[in-house]
Amino acid sequence: MPAPFDHNDSNVVVIVGSGAGGGTLGSELAQKGIDVVILEAGSRHETWDFINDEWDSFGQLAWKDKRMTSGDWQVAKDFPNLPAWIVKSVGGSTVHWAGASLRFQEHEFKARTNYGEVEGANLLDWPIDLAEMEPWYAKAEDRMGVTRTNGIPGLPGNNNFKVLEAGAKKIGYKEVHTGRMAINSEPRDDRASCMQIGFCFQGCKSGAKWSTLVSEIPKGEATGRLEVRPDSHVMRIEHDDSGKVTGVVYADAEGREQRQKARVVCVAGNSIESPRLLLNSNSSMFPDGLANSSGQVGRNYMRHTTGSVYGVFDKPVHMYRGTTMAGIVQDEAKHDDSRGFVGGYELETLSLGLPFMAAFLMPGDWGRDFAADMEQYRNMAGLWIVGEDMPREDNRITLADETDEYGMPIPNVNFDDHPNDTAMRDHAYKQGSAIYDAVGAMRTIHTPPYPSTHNLGTNRMSERPEDGVVNRFGQAHDVPNLFVSDGSQFTTGAAENPTLTIVSLALRQADHIANRMGKGEL
Amino acid sequence: MALRDDTLVQNRRGFLKSGAGLLAMTIMPSGLIVGNAWAQMPQSTDPDTFKTLVQMSRDCYPHAQIEDKYYANAVNILDEAARSSEEELAFLEDNCAKLDKAAMDAHGVRYSEIPSDDDRTALLKLIETDPFFQKVRGNLVVGLYNQKELWPVFGYEGASADKGGYMDRGFNDIDWIS
Repeated sequence: MPAPFDHNDSNVVVIVGSGAGGGTLGSELAQKGIDVVILEAGSRHETWDFINDEWDSFGQLAWKDKRMTSGDWQVAKDFPNLPAWIVKSVGGSTVHWAGASLRFQEHEFKARTNYGEVEGANLLDWPIDLAEMEPWYAKAEDRMGVTRTNGIPGLPGNNNFKVLEAGAKKIGYKEVHTGRMAINSEPRDDRASCMQIGFCFQGCKSGAKWSTLVSEIPKGEATGRLEVRPDSHVMRIEHDDSGKVTGVVYADAEGREQRQKARVVCVAGNSIESPRLLLNSNSSMFPDGLANSSGQVGRNYMRHTTGSVYGVFDKPVHMYRGTTMAGIVQDEAKHDDSRGFVGGYELETLSLGLPFMAAFLMPGDWGRDFAADMEQYRNMAGLWIVGEDMPREDNRITLADETDEYGMPIPNVNFDDHPNDTAMRDHAYKQGSAIYDAVGAMRTIHTPPYPSTHNLGTNRMSERPEDGVVNRFGQAHDVPNLFVSDGSQFTTGAAENPTLTIVSLALRQADHIANRMGKGEL
Repeated sequence: MALRDDTLVQNRRGFLKSGAGLLAMTIMPSGLIVGNAWAQMPQSTDPDTFKTLVQMSRDCYPHAQIEDKYYANAVNILDEAARSSEEELAFLEDNCAKLDKAAMDAHGVRYSEIPSDDDRTALLKLIETDPFFQKVRGNLVVGLYNQKELWPVFGYEGASADKGGYMDRGFNDIDWIS
């Protein structure tokens, strides 16, 4: 039966969330002939609706529902109710991602084996490895049109990249280039090429950047088998006496409670909402939350070791012109514990507009020095640190006592920096400064982490059911027709931006679900 | 020193709902006398209170190139909130009175009349963790720096999609790096 689907249609696969995981999975399943309903908490904003204005765009796209924070991380002090900067809109955070599409390195899939026992960390090997993922990475890169793959040329470097490149090469870095980006450097797949607008975080107005909104979802909808239902906030997943899930309860645009039946439920609401939903779906059969016999739902929250370095020069840079993530230094991405930490990090250009610079350069700071820094805005170059952080059991999402407008407990995000994270950040700050110092920076500014954009690990994948929430295909260990399809299934975080891996896992999961359904196993 | 997120969220929500229009309305015609540029703004706070808030705002983020009226625009966001809330109004009046009293005790004049930047900053340092100071400072993060008229001062060009992006407008025009 073609979309839209009836609430009582128990043959549909229901996917919660339309971002990198959910949007890709839903589209791929539909293209395989499977009926899919994607329930998206946010509204639908199309390319032409996006706004080249940081605060206005934040108001349009960001997930602003109240959240709580605890722990010693700087974000809890600076932004106690905004632990994450992610999107609540059709397309999820693929609407605002910068486009960096990097494969994990082989050793990162086996962090426990390669890094050894790290005190205070809950490291575990992924049940899959790079060799198994390679064909899926290849498929995802082709699908997303990643530059420097499939014969697609790299993007041209902007001013911010030129400063980074010159400095990095001066201090001996070799792996410096304009990145592997899911942004068209030439027209491809019915999408135009990049116009160097900037505002990648605010939704790409030219459509050059891949997102599930502009790419996957329209293709899925064209099959007639995918229905994307916006303004649908899922509150609970329901199950029957046999322990199989039967559907979801959600609040619609008017706040009315609705029930959508389902054959299979896939959770892809990002690493804060996905565990929140599972924990809130407790029952007498699953007293600690759905799929939580391991006790790992919500735990091992990772957010990448981050921070920014801004170099202040005596001449203009205009870093905001052109792509936000305009280039990368990969030399530090290796695992080399002689540096004083395990795992590695990437250095990627980043720019903020003037309004966000005021909010994020040094949150809470004021006075003459801060004002003087702001006055150097045109002369700044900027980079962002993206490094592997350690999973910790107590870095976790829990349900707070306070409830939201639908009566659903709001999530609390607890995070303590691991000493490995701190050592890595300090190293990266130093290297970032060295890059800019090498090309004549008057000074450099070390900006603390922004609210998390990479939220990972809270429903992790494990070989053994007692170590994690889902198996090698993202299927819940405890519930056969329940899947996790977003970055929350990451066993460890690796040093790379997560989207390419989320998309690759979603394509692989779609293949798995379709095969199992074909055999009558789901 | 924390940028209080609730302040940030309230600011941005308030701003998004009404702030853009509010700012557009309250941008004053140029040529008014510096120091009195906000005289025509509707005010709920006492004029002395308003003046103290404007001076505080300038001292939080002092930019010599920025005229007083832009700081007054930001203060007007606080003033507007106080128009519909007696509690808010009392909060601003009481705390500005306290700051002015501290100024009188130390320097014999109101806060906004202390001639030395360093002396004023020293008084603010004493209250920088107070909710009052944080409210005035937090308000500026959006209320000052999001005034589009000021962006050229900082070399920020704002929206670019409507101009075709920067592909032909200098995205890679840097000439001093090799």
